[in-house]
Amino acid sequence: MIAVAYTQGAVVFATSALLILIGALGVISVRNPVHAALCLIMTLFGVAVAFVAQSADFLAAVQIIVYAGAIVVLFLFVIMFLGVDSREHVHFEPLVGQRAFAGVGVALTVAGLITLMARSHWVTGAVSVSSKLSNGSGNVKELGTAVFTTYLFAFEATSALLVIAVVGAVLLARRERSTTSEEVSQ
Amino acid sequence: MNNVPAAWYLVLAALLFGIGAFGFLTHRSALIMFMCIELMLNAVNLTFVTFARTLSDISGQAIVFFVMVVAAAEVTVGLGIVVSVFRRRSSTSVDELSEMKG
Repeated sequence: MIAVAYTQGAVVFATSALLILIGALGVISVRNPVHAALCLIMTLFGVAVAFVAQSADFLAAVQIIVYAGAIVVLFLFVIMFLGVDSREHVHFEPLVGQRAFAGVGVALTVAGLITLMARSHWVTGAVSVSSKLSNGSGNVKELGTAVFTTYLFAFEATSALLVIAVVGAVLLARRERSTTSEEVSQ
Repeated sequence: MNNVPAAWYLVLAALLFGIGAFGFLTHRSALIMFMCIELMLNAVNLTFVTFARTLSDISGQAIVFFVMVVAAAEVTVGLGIVVSVFRRRSSTSVDELSEMKG
């Protein structure tokens, strides 16, 4: 089934898969949080490559700008602001067998997902006629049309959500001046 | 464009989700747990984009757009909570947070 015609796409897929998996394993295995954030950037770039390969150009750009440019920088900012060089005690387990249970559960879930994909034919929905993907080139125009017509209400709701998030973050991170009793001076 | 079967990307997304879930379940630092949530969200985004290509429907990509917005809001508020907890307890370990009292 894997013909020679796939080679071009297969190289792209292999690149993105390597970036994604190495980065993700790095996030959960390195000790230093700064290194984990850098590994996260690697995974996000891999996902962006996969987006481009599947003609989601706008989302790939947003992935780089929003995730790698804003979210990870926010992570790094908080890590350095807190001065966390907490080498986490990975081997100290308050809950006995937590890692084993987590490993078994995750392995079962992933195996179930992959089995479901391999054994069932549930990608049989009709190809869309109302909002088709333009094949091969980018889909910026189609995405814009969909967001501002079909999903207009969701778009407005996300703008409200962003305002609430900004206000909430400011409120949470604000240092309270009035209460001086519990202030822990570092 | 010569593209690989969608199942390859779906398996990749499942593996990425598994890695993120394992990290989320085993780590104690709230920061690393947030990063693992980002990994899982990215796995779901990858699945959405893959199905958008398979069904040739733009809705999958539109939903990914909204997932990204919600993820940004979630990280903003979550890191605000981490900073505020750290100010009280001088730690980001979730094991320290055994009570609801502020």
